[in-house]
This record gives sequence, C-alpha cells and structure tokens, in this order.
Amino acid sequence: MDGPIIQINDLVKNYDTNTAVDHLNLDIRKGEIFGLLGPNGAGKTTIILSMLGLSEPTSGMVMVKGHDSTTEPLKVKKITGYLPDDVGFSGNSTGLENLVYTAMLNGIPRNEAIESAEELLEMVDLKEAGHKKTKTYSKGMTQRLGLADVMIKDPEIMVLDEPTIGIDPKGINEFLDLIRNLSKEKGMTVLLSSHLLHQVQKICDRVGILVEGKLLAQGKVDDLANELFGGKDTSITAEVSPITDELIQALSEKEGIKEIQGNGEVITMKGNRDVAPVISQTIVQNNAKLYRLSYKEYGLDEIYQHYFEGGTTDV
Amino acid sequence: MSDIVKPFWVMVNKEISDHVRSWRFIILVALILLTTTGSIYTVLAVIQQHPAQLSAHTDFLYLKLFTKSTNNLPPFITLIGFLGPLVGIALGFDAVNSERDNGTLSRVISQPIPRDYFINSKFMGGLTVIVSLVFALGFLVLGLGIIYIGLPPAFDEFLRVVVFLILTCIYIAFWLNLGITFSILFRQSSTSALSALAIWLFFTVFYSMLVQFVANAFYYRRAAQVISQSLSRISPNYLFHELTTILLTPSIRSLGGLSFRQMSGALPSTLPLGQSMLLVWPDITALIAATLVCFGISYVLFMKQEIRAS
Repeated sequence: MDGPIIQINDLVKNYDTNTAVDHLNLDIRKGEIFGLLGPNGAGKTTIILSMLGLSEPTSGMVMVKGHDSTTEPLKVKKITGYLPDDVGFSGNSTGLENLVYTAMLNGIPRNEAIESAEELLEMVDLKEAGHKKTKTYSKGMTQRLGLADVMIKDPEIMVLDEPTIGIDPKGINEFLDLIRNLSKEKGMTVLLSSHLLHQVQKICDRVGILVEGKLLAQGKVDDLANELFGGKDTSITAEVSPITDELIQALSEKEGIKEIQGNGEVITMKGNRDVAPVISQTIVQNNAKLYRLSYKEYGLDEIYQHYFEGGTTDV
Repeated sequence: MSDIVKPFWVMVNKEISDHVRSWRFIILVALILLTTTGSIYTVLAVIQQHPAQLSAHTDFLYLKLFTKSTNNLPPFITLIGFLGPLVGIALGFDAVNSERDNGTLSRVISQPIPRDYFINSKFMGGLTVIVSLVFALGFLVLGLGIIYIGLPPAFDEFLRVVVFLILTCIYIAFWLNLGITFSILFRQSSTSALSALAIWLFFTVFYSMLVQFVANAFYYRRAAQVISQSLSRISPNYLFHELTTILLTPSIRSLGGLSFRQMSGALPSTLPLGQSMLLVWPDITALIAATLVCFGISYVLFMKQEIRAS
C-alpha cells in the first residue's frame, strides 16, 4: 500500500474575520476518487487552492506527492490538473487553441500539443465544436472542455471543483462516468468537491464531509451510513391492498415495528431492516396483497442532513 | 526539441495576439492614424510650398513635422500626448479583472508557472504592442517626410526622433500600468476603466487649471512661476509635454525663463542632443520612476491578492 499522495496536516486558513478552514487533517490515497462534500462556503475551494499553492495557509501544510504546496508550488502544479468551479476560456479563441495554450504553458511543444488536444477533444465529445470559438459553448461544453484542459498536461492528480455545476442531469451522469473511467484507466487520483451529494456518491471511493471548515466524517458512503444509522430504525413503506384494521393490528403486535400508519394503499412504519420478512409474512397471512415493500436507504443526503441539521453534538 | 517555447513568452504572445485582435485596439489605432495623418499632411503641404510659414530657419525640418501644425489640427506630439494614454488605458484596464470574471485566471495560474508570470506577461504584452505601434507611427512619419521633402533627415534629427519615440513608449507604459493597477483593485472592468479615464481627464484638462488657480494666489510673479512649475511637474502629462517639446525643439535652451543677463553673450544657435537631454533629464527620470512605481504597485497588489473573490 502506497502512502497518501495528498496529505493535509492541521490546515488553517483565516480570511479577515472568519475561519474558512479549521485545523483540517486529511489523507488521500493514490488512485482513489475522493469526494469533498459540503454546503457552499464550507471551505472546499479554499482547501483546493491551498493544495495547489494558490492560497497561502494561515498555518499547517499540504503535501502533494512529497512536495510542500506552499514552498514548492511549481512541482505540485506540474502533476496536478485543476478544474476551477467557475472555469472559463478565452472566448475569442477556439477550444483547440485554448487547449494548445495550456499545453504550451506546461512546456509541451506546439505540434505535440495540437495532436493530443485533438485526441482529448474527441474523448470529451467536442470534436467538431473544438474548432468553434469558446464563447459559443454551453456550460456543459465548457465543463467538458475544462476536463480536456485538465487532462492535456497528463496529470497524476485531478482536482475538480464543483465539476457538475450547471450541467443538465443527463450530462452530469456522462460527465461523471468520464471522470471515473479516466481515473480507473490511468490510475489517476481524483479529488472532487461538490455540494450536490447524491450525484457524486456514485463515483466516489471515499467521501469527506466538510461543514464550516471542519471535516466531520470521512470514509466510504456505506460505512458512513452504517456508522451513523446502523443501530437506528429506518422507515419502511409497504404498498398493500386492502388495508384493514386487523392487518394494522397484527403488524403492531410484531416485535420491532413501530409507528404504524395506514394511509390509502400505503402503510408506513419504522423498524430495523431485519423486520422486512416478518412484515411481508404478516401481510400475506392477513389475506392482503403485497405490491411493494421498501425501506429507505441512507445516502449522502441523509448523512449530510444529519450532520448539518443535528450539528456535531450527537455524533 | 527546439520548438519548446518558454511559458512566459507563450503568455506574452497570447497577450499580444489578444490585444491586436481586439476591437478597441483597432478602433484606437484607426483614430490615431486618422488624426496624425491629417496633422502631418497639412504640415507637409506647408513645408513643400512655403516653408517660411513654419519658421524663419529651415533646419530641423523633420522635427517640425512632429511639433508644428497648421489649420486647426494640433501637432503630432500633442495628439500622441492626448491619445497615447487612451491606448495605454485601453490595453490595461481589464487585464486582471476580466480574466478573473471569465474564470481563466485560476486556470492559468494553476499551470506550473510562477504567479508573477501572469502580471509580468500582461505588462510585457502591452508594452510590446505599444512599442510596435509608436515606432511604426514615428517611422511612418519620417518616411512620409522623406517622400515629400526629398532630403534624408540629419543623424541628429533621427536620434532626437528615436529618443522621443522611446519616451513616448514609457509615457504610454505609465498609463498601461495605471490601467493594470486599477484592473487589480477593482473587480468590475467598467469601474477600473472609468477610474483610469477620470485620472487621465483630470491631468489633461483640469490639473493645469487647478495649478493656475493656486499660482494666482501668489503676489510675486517669480514665486507664482516657481509654484506653478513645480506643481505642474507632478502631472505625467505635463512632464511628457515638457520633455518632448524640448527634445524636438533644439532651439529651446532652458526650462524656465532666462534673464537678459544670462542670455548676453550666448550664441543664437541650437543645442546638441546631449544638452537637450540634460535639460530634461529630471523629467525623464521622473517619468520612468512613475512608470516603474505604478508597475511595482500592481505587482505587489496582484501577488498579495487572493485568487478567489471572497
């Protein structure tokens, strides 16, 4: 197992009056997709800027592949591709010209740059649009060009700040798939930030939840859910016909089922996951038809809401 | 391979091509070409027909192309002194804030380049455009003169013109740097454009009135003269006007007035270039200093500023 490729040690960043990042520690391993999640203003972008040496931390340090971001930003920027949340391109140049410019800033000769820019444009599905001026691009196209722009320096680490912002739902899935495939094919480490939780949970190996500059939790989405809600009851919904008082009565007599409510053709109740077979059995025994039985899965939304609403006190 | 271009020059190249292709630059160049051609053309017509109308002496004819005028058109140096700052401001006022708005700033400086490349390339790009423009214009005037007059310029004349063009570049670079500084200070490019134009307008139009007003408060004429001169020299416009006039008019022997006693025994001849430059050396130093200070301020501001608007 390799050591972490990104190490954030006790990072603090103060702006004039407020603290954007508060004693943050985080390790990101090589080859993983890490999602930095949190509401707007949680300090995601600040962490990313400190990591790239674009913003000087008040205290603490960020090490990227053994280089200190504050003292050796050039070495860090050489191996890191960054897609800012408000990414833009010079509007009067074509997509291809913009990519070639970035490549040349990375010391790639012009001919090679044009070649790889054309390949990348094809990859992000902008083959034809690549020869149009970027001011005619839609937000989704700009975002895809941004990804190509990140890829053209052939980075070891991709840092994507709110990559899904402003893209339509279908585009988001394609875009995220693209990121995931790239990361897996090339063994690239990806750090992406987002406030839209359910979108990115699909592609992240691990996530960290950031609120007010503090990392509240980190780990796999499932682990986080188990950790948080493992012992707790989840809400179970059953679509049943017909719903009779006897059925409700029978259900309420079973152990582990609480707060039963019949409403039209739906019964909602609370209980542990293990009670699902008991519920279905009871319904069938009462001569009712069971159309659907579902229990709520905890995703990032719930985890996030849990932290955000409940604060840190009950964890 | 030899075709790896250093990132800094890649950035400067981009700046230049962006400037040259922008409409505002094209419009300004057209404006300058139109006015200066008009001015030069009328002077040339006079030189061809009645050179005596310009001055009693027919020496330094080429310099008169730049300093004299007929009809209602102002002479070349006045036009350049007036329109040059506009070019500088136009090239600089949205240098940083527009890139910030477009989201290109954070993308570019996250490339493996030192942060100051960004601001340095803005200055170098703008300066290159200015130097090309000013020298092209100056040499065009000389060329036009050769065609019309039929005599080559004397070497001393040529040198004076070159020094004048270099100083014009420095003067415009001052306004470029002022524009760049404002583009860092203000997040809105319209705000920075208006602020830079306000300063330009203040110095071209109102400052001399203000100086006159202050100087009038003094009873003694000598004191008023000293005060008005030293106050005037705070203005880069005045500095530029003073030093170009003296450089291009070899017969001027002093910045202030000369008393009859000082004049007695002096030969009614012109000054050599070295002496003319000596006369305006403080002006030249001040102009260069103002330009560098302005760049220094913009450099420090840019390096200290957070990349993200917070």
